[in-house]
Amino acid sequence: MATENAIAHHDEHRDDEGSRIGMWLFLVTELLLFGGMFFVFAVYKYVHYDAFHLASKELSALVGTINTIVLLTSSLTIALSIKAMEDGRKTLSLVLQSTTLVFALVFLVNKYFEWSAKISHGTYPGSEEMMSRPNGEILFFGLYYVMTGLHALHVIVGLIIIAVMILFTVRGSIDRDRHVHLVNAGLYWHLVDVIWIFLFPLFYLIA
Amino acid sequence: MANSEQEHAHIGYGGYTLIWLGLLALTALTVTAAGVNLGNVAVAVTILIATVKSYLVATIFMHLKIESRLFRVVVYAAIFFIVVSIILLFSDYTFLRE
Repeated sequence: MATENAIAHHDEHRDDEGSRIGMWLFLVTELLLFGGMFFVFAVYKYVHYDAFHLASKELSALVGTINTIVLLTSSLTIALSIKAMEDGRKTLSLVLQSTTLVFALVFLVNKYFEWSAKISHGTYPGSEEMMSRPNGEILFFGLYYVMTGLHALHVIVGLIIIAVMILFTVRGSIDRDRHVHLVNAGLYWHLVDVIWIFLFPLFYLIA
Repeated sequence: MANSEQEHAHIGYGGYTLIWLGLLALTALTVTAAGVNLGNVAVAVTILIATVKSYLVATIFMHLKIESRLFRVVVYAAIFFIVVSIILLFSDYTFLRE
């Protein structure tokens, strides 16, 4: 170890690949977190098949589809923003990062209206209306709020991260040759998209 | 998957857009399939489509396809063990329930 210190480099130490793999391993732990919830969902769906089917019909497939399109498109724009950065097209990258930010906001606004409508109808955990329903429906909506809520929390975190990336790009600390932070932000954002890819059909379409 | 790494090393603007169109098409497919009464296979069809979509996002948007072989082994091994633990959970639930 002493020899390693003796030949310490004077240049900046960077390991972009190591940085990316660290991000990936973190994302895998996120999959484990959501995977556990999907397992709970699958078991209760099996046990309360009819109740889950009925409760699922109360969700708007249209709102779910719109949010799916919004997230898929935001995944495209963040991927393109990284490509633009690699090509040295900083302005284009900034425009694409900002577009991603707007899509994230659109997703959250849709989610806000969706949840408000549900809550104003008394459909929320612990409400009188909810407690009068069969167990299966209580479980469905409980999982709906926890899982889409945790997902929305990830969207909010992603939104903040992308905002920071925009700031970094403007300041110049992210550029053509040093943009691993932007790449990792993109990876996080794509994971948010992947989780929604599973959440959407399971809650809105087939249950 | 048989394609060389070089071929994918530079995914262009057009390539990303094409994948995005594919993802939208698969979304349309999953929404349409939900409208048809598929009975017991509905869940399987939905999960299959979602898996294909996730695969496209992971390999193209998340660049897994153009990462080094060791990188992919690390990531796929991690995902593999998540799948294993979920399967074990299901078997545990199925056999210990009664």
